[in-house]
Amino acid sequence: MIVVRSLVKRFGLKAVLRGLDFSVEPGEFVALLGPNGAGKTTFLRILASLTRPSLGEVKIAGYQLPQQAAEVRRLLGVVSHLPLLYNDLTAEENLRFYARMYSLPDETQRIGEVLELVGLAERRRDLVRTFSRGMQQRLAIGRAVLHDPEVMLFDEPHTGLDQDACEMLDTVLREVAARQRTVVMTSHDLARVGDLASRFDVLSRGQIVASIQRSQIDPDQILAFYRRAVEK
Amino acid sequence: MKTSPPPINLLRRTFQATVAIIWKDLAAEMRSREMLSAMLVFSLLVILIFNFALELDIKARQTVTSGILWATFAFAGTLGLNRSMAIEKDRGCMDGLLLAPVDRSAIYFGKAIGNLVFMLVVEAIVLPVYSVLYNINLFHPGLLAVILLGSLGYVVVGTLLSAMAVQTRTRDVLLPILLFPVVLPVLISAVKASQGFLLAAEWTEIAPWFNLLLVYDVIFTAAAFMIFDYVVEE
Repeated sequence: MIVVRSLVKRFGLKAVLRGLDFSVEPGEFVALLGPNGAGKTTFLRILASLTRPSLGEVKIAGYQLPQQAAEVRRLLGVVSHLPLLYNDLTAEENLRFYARMYSLPDETQRIGEVLELVGLAERRRDLVRTFSRGMQQRLAIGRAVLHDPEVMLFDEPHTGLDQDACEMLDTVLREVAARQRTVVMTSHDLARVGDLASRFDVLSRGQIVASIQRSQIDPDQILAFYRRAVEK
Repeated sequence: MKTSPPPINLLRRTFQATVAIIWKDLAAEMRSREMLSAMLVFSLLVILIFNFALELDIKARQTVTSGILWATFAFAGTLGLNRSMAIEKDRGCMDGLLLAPVDRSAIYFGKAIGNLVFMLVVEAIVLPVYSVLYNINLFHPGLLAVILLGSLGYVVVGTLLSAMAVQTRTRDVLLPILLFPVVLPVLISAVKASQGFLLAAEWTEIAPWFNLLLVYDVIFTAAAFMIFDYVVEE
């Protein structure tokens, strides 16, 4: 589903990604781990077609980036630590706006389904500015899954959430994963992604330095695996 | 490389997205009224200050009116343009727009038309107030056409440059510095054409300025349409 070869991204003279190779099969849930400044967000922004690569090849569902970005965007749902929502619109209005941007055929029905999925049906007519951070993040996930994308990109979605909000978010993430969507999620919270992901990749110094399937590692060993990979 | 599907209904999708952005901006502004109230209060204060500052007879009033009006619109416009793009940037909403599978011209035109509507609303309120304060009839079809064309020229460039300025830390300061030199032809021709209509000048005197406005609007709309994609992309 996702194939990345020899990806390089430079900002001026500084290379953030240095010949990165990465691939994801359809239906896989990959947790992308790495220290601050490793290039996780930059990498995700390249996959999301928001940033152009300096060198290398990026293909999603057979479409090449950045040349076929318009086709790729239709397949993507993106959640970042910013909610990408308008404070002065209600939850329903925010989703309606994005439904129109994606030209969804039956927007009212789909908005209802998504609000149910993220547990905000009761608050559909409330302004987003009245929502807690956790509710905003759940609505952000609703926005990202609205057009039923094949590939979901999550950039540290747990940032700034309290324990209850994290658990609620995980429930939604599990439901997304259960629908056999391809997911790439960056995170610092190893304990949390240990329950969610089917594969763990470590990004450090601009490259994928280690990768392991969940079936090959005990959840308690993920932290040790991560430390070994980063210190290599 | 997988083949792209044919661009079926591309124009319809672009139009639909443009309308969605206009609707979103108007709906959000109807709730918050942050942008309109700031632009309106600023504009009314400016014309009020000029009214007290300048002791004008009827002849002098007709001469300075176009200058006061366009200075007011230009400065109030920067407030609106800054705010309009800041809303998109501050909560990452610009990424939300850029992630949508629509031509980026839809984003540009949606934002530009929304900004034009806000500017015209402010002008529609300022003009009658100015008429009363300065005892001048401003409801001349020619003058209204100049205001429409001048506002359009101001907004097409302003929307593009505000998309640029918003990505910097000094966006509030940077926008006027970038914008005013580029819109100088609009402001000069709008002031001259407005003055011509207010002083009941011959069309032959007004026409060069009016035509300059038209040409500027066409050229800069086309230029902004072509380069917006590069401005918003990292």
